[in-house]
This record gives sequence, C-alpha cells and structure tokens, in this order.
Amino acid sequence: MKKLVLAAAFAALAAGTVNAEAIRMGTEGAYPPYNFINDNGEVDGFEREVGDKLCEIAKLDCTWVTNDWDSIIPNLVSGNYDTIIAGMSITPERDEVIDFTQEYFPPDPSAYVALAGADDSVIHGVVAAQTSTIQANYVANTDATVVEYATLDDTIAAVRSGEADAVLADRGPLNDIVSESNGELVFVGDDVAIGGGVGIGVRESDAELKAKLNAAIDQMKADGSLNALIEKWFDRPGPY
Amino acid sequence: MHMCADPSTLDGFNWWLCYLTTGKQIMFYESFLTVLALLFLTAPVVLLLGFGGAVSRRSHFAPLRWFGAAYTNVVRGVPDIIFFLFVPIAMDQGIEYIRHKIKCSDWDEPVRQGNDFVVCAAAKMPLGTSPQWVHEVYGFSLALIAFAIVFGAFAANTLYGAMQAVPRAQLETAEAFGMSERQVFWRIHVPQMWVFAMPGLTNLWMILIKASPLLFLLGVEDIVYWAKELGGAKTTRFAYPHPDWRVYYFGVLLVFYLFMTWISERVFVRINRKLSHGQATLGGLTDAEVTA
Repeated sequence: MKKLVLAAAFAALAAGTVNAEAIRMGTEGAYPPYNFINDNGEVDGFEREVGDKLCEIAKLDCTWVTNDWDSIIPNLVSGNYDTIIAGMSITPERDEVIDFTQEYFPPDPSAYVALAGADDSVIHGVVAAQTSTIQANYVANTDATVVEYATLDDTIAAVRSGEADAVLADRGPLNDIVSESNGELVFVGDDVAIGGGVGIGVRESDAELKAKLNAAIDQMKADGSLNALIEKWFDRPGPY
Repeated sequence: MHMCADPSTLDGFNWWLCYLTTGKQIMFYESFLTVLALLFLTAPVVLLLGFGGAVSRRSHFAPLRWFGAAYTNVVRGVPDIIFFLFVPIAMDQGIEYIRHKIKCSDWDEPVRQGNDFVVCAAAKMPLGTSPQWVHEVYGFSLALIAFAIVFGAFAANTLYGAMQAVPRAQLETAEAFGMSERQVFWRIHVPQMWVFAMPGLTNLWMILIKASPLLFLLGVEDIVYWAKELGGAKTTRFAYPHPDWRVYYFGVLLVFYLFMTWISERVFVRINRKLSHGQATLGGLTDAEVTA
C-alpha cells in the first residue's frame, strides 16, 4: 500500500514536471560571440539565443549559470549544472568524460593572431592558448612553446604585452578582436582545422536530456532558425 | 536611466555616468559587500573554532587532545588551494548523499556512475528548481565554512600559544583564593590570554582580508573576478566598448585593500589598549609607570 501511494506521488510529481523540467545551463561567459556577460550582467551571445530556443522547443525551464572554463567539466559531472553550452568542440578526450549532443555549430577553424608586422615564423615561437582547449593541446604538439591562460582575453593581453608571440584560438571570436584592433593585431600563418563541431555537453548518465536536446537541435536545423542565428552572430551563412 | 538607452550616441560625462551604472558595474559594487560579508561572518566562526581547537589541545582527555592536535596540524599543513577545492565539493556531495539516502531510498541506480555523481532530483542541494540566489547563498555558505575551518586551525594554534603564555603565578594566585579549576580558567586564564593572542590574531585577520579572491575558486563571484571581467577589452559586441582597462580596475582593488588594512590597524590599536588595561605586562602599564 505504502509503495503504491509513493508510486502515485512520484507519478504526480513526474507529471507536474513534464511541462517545465528545470535545467541549469552552464557556460563560460567570456568567449564572445559564443557567450559573454553583457552590460546588464546577463549571459548573452550566440549560445544564449540557441540555448533559449532549444529550451523552448524541448519545454525545459532553463537557468543560465557561469563557471570558470578550467573547471567547467568537473562541475557538470558533480551536478552543479546540467549542460555545458560554451563553444566546446566535440573531441574524443572530452567524450570519454562527458557526452555530447550533435553539433549545433560546424567545426570552426583555429587561427593564429599576432601583433601587426610579425611574420609567419611567430607561430613557432611562444604561442598563447586558453587552458584545456583543443588549441592548447595542438600547440603543445607543434615545435612552438605553449603558454596557457585562463581566458581568451588573457591570451590576447599576453600578445599585446609581448609575453607571447602569437595566440591560437577559434577563428570566430578572433575575428571580432582583430577587426576592432585598429590594425594592431593581424592574422598570421594558415588556419588549422582541429576538433569537431561544437556540441552541448551533458553527463553520460543523462541520456534522456541528451535525446531531448538532440531532437530540438534537429528541429532548429530543419526550420532554418539555427542558420539564421549563425548568420546573425558570425556574419557567415550557416551550413545546416 | 533612459538617456543610457543608446550608449553609442553618448560621450564624455554622460557616457561615464551610464557606463558606471550598468547592471554589470552594479554587480561589481555588490561584490564588495560579498567580500565584507565573508570577512565579518567568518571572523566569529574562526574565533570559535580556534578557541575550541586550543581548549581541546589542552584537554586532560587524550582523544580530545589528539583531535585538537590533528585539526591544527593537518589543516595548517594542507595547501589552501587543495583545501578550498576539496572541502566544499566534498561537503556538497556528502550532504546530497545523505539527503539521497533519506529521500530516495527506492532508487536502484548507483550514486557514482563512472565520473558522474548522480543523486535523485529531490536530493539535490539546492534543488534544481531553486532560484539562482539560493544557489549563490548555498555556495557562499560552503565557502564560508571552508574559510572558517582553515583559519580556525591557525587561530587555534595562536590561542593555544597565548594560553601557555599567561604567567603561571597568576593562575596559582587564583587557586590560592580557592577558585575551582573552571573558575580559574574563565575568570583569570581566558581574560589574560587575549593580549598574548592579539598579534597572531591580527595577522590572521590581515591574511583573511587578502585571501578573499580565493572565493572565486569556489564559484563565488568576488571583486577580483568582476575587476577582471569588467576590465578586459570589450569589442563593439558590447554596449560600452573599451580597450584593456584591467590596470584601473585593479587599482581600485588596491585602494580598497589598503583602506581595509588601514582601518583594521586603527581598530586593533584600540582593542589592544583595552585588553592590556590593568594587566601585569608592559602594555598594561600606564605611560607614567613605564617611565618611572
């Protein structure tokens, strides 16, 4: 009898939450245009709009929280939030620890940026990259010396101050920075293709959430709204 | 302010007025209160833990004595960063595990699934449905406890030393007056020890003030986090684009920390004067008695 009551209570609870399951969206808040804290102190950017749309489609009640990039995976795994939506490329290493949805942004080539006047040889010198990124991994395997910084902003500051000769990061965020540097910063060398597309990270035990988000991404790809957002934030046509 | 609606049209004074009152700037100002709250809420807990640790180290009951010694020595020996990363996560998971056992006893999946720590939704602390401020208060409380445990260990050692420094003759006199052990402790020993503890405790307070940036390790957005975030170069994606201004923001922090140091020093001088009053120490003598 007791079990029956309990089961009924759970069923009622489950029914009540179907409409608006509470999900906490974890992001970095320091990687424009993917995600950043706008002047009102709110999470903003491409991923904010994609995330809100996905939550609407999947009928999830989403709250946005920011977390340091370096500890963003451990905090997902220990349950402080339920997704990572922070420009995170899908890589085999990460996939061992967490699960990814399908990509919602195509593979973004990585590019080197240096001070104006630098020649292409700087990519073999001291190269700055953000900690725990595919770029940091990549530079470590070239003949260059890698220096790691906590945020993208710090890597750019390192190049400007001469601590590093160049920075390697995703082309999307670098575009903004280079185009507004008044010619002080330039792209050098060739773009390199590392990592896969960008997906939403979820706990491996959270198959249900992953399925819901995948379905929602499918819908956004099909109705063209994802392409529209990519065009809005990255000034280029979306491939989906 | 409605004039701030389109910042790109502003210049000079109005631009600054709008910039310094954006939601993000307000969060920066509020984070100063977070740091002050941490300081003033932690300090009493630190004293309490320190006093408890010192008393237990002096206990006649061996296991309590071992506990006191273990607490002061182990916690002081562990690097702060490791401690601050480990304790709040361990506390959080411990609390959630206990709640999970109580609230979801019919759950048949393991709590540890590979890398994942999975408890039922009802055991989450705070609940996933709680508003963000509840999460923030909870995180802040975990941070406060972690700070209190670490600094309490240092305070315990300071207070232990101060208790040892009270002249034996003072306590013997009290015993000769027929006071019980408890009376000697509370009426003679404790009041006299504070003056010996003060230099060590003021050091701790100063270190506590400077240690507040460790808050960000624990996910609490403190003044250093916001100074970095606001000071970083901003492109035109933002309403108020500007180059790298971190040096100015950190300048503000420098002034804040120096001000805190200055005001603390003044308060300590007063407390010390009060504690020394009438004590048989050099500090307790009046100027006339010192020169006589």
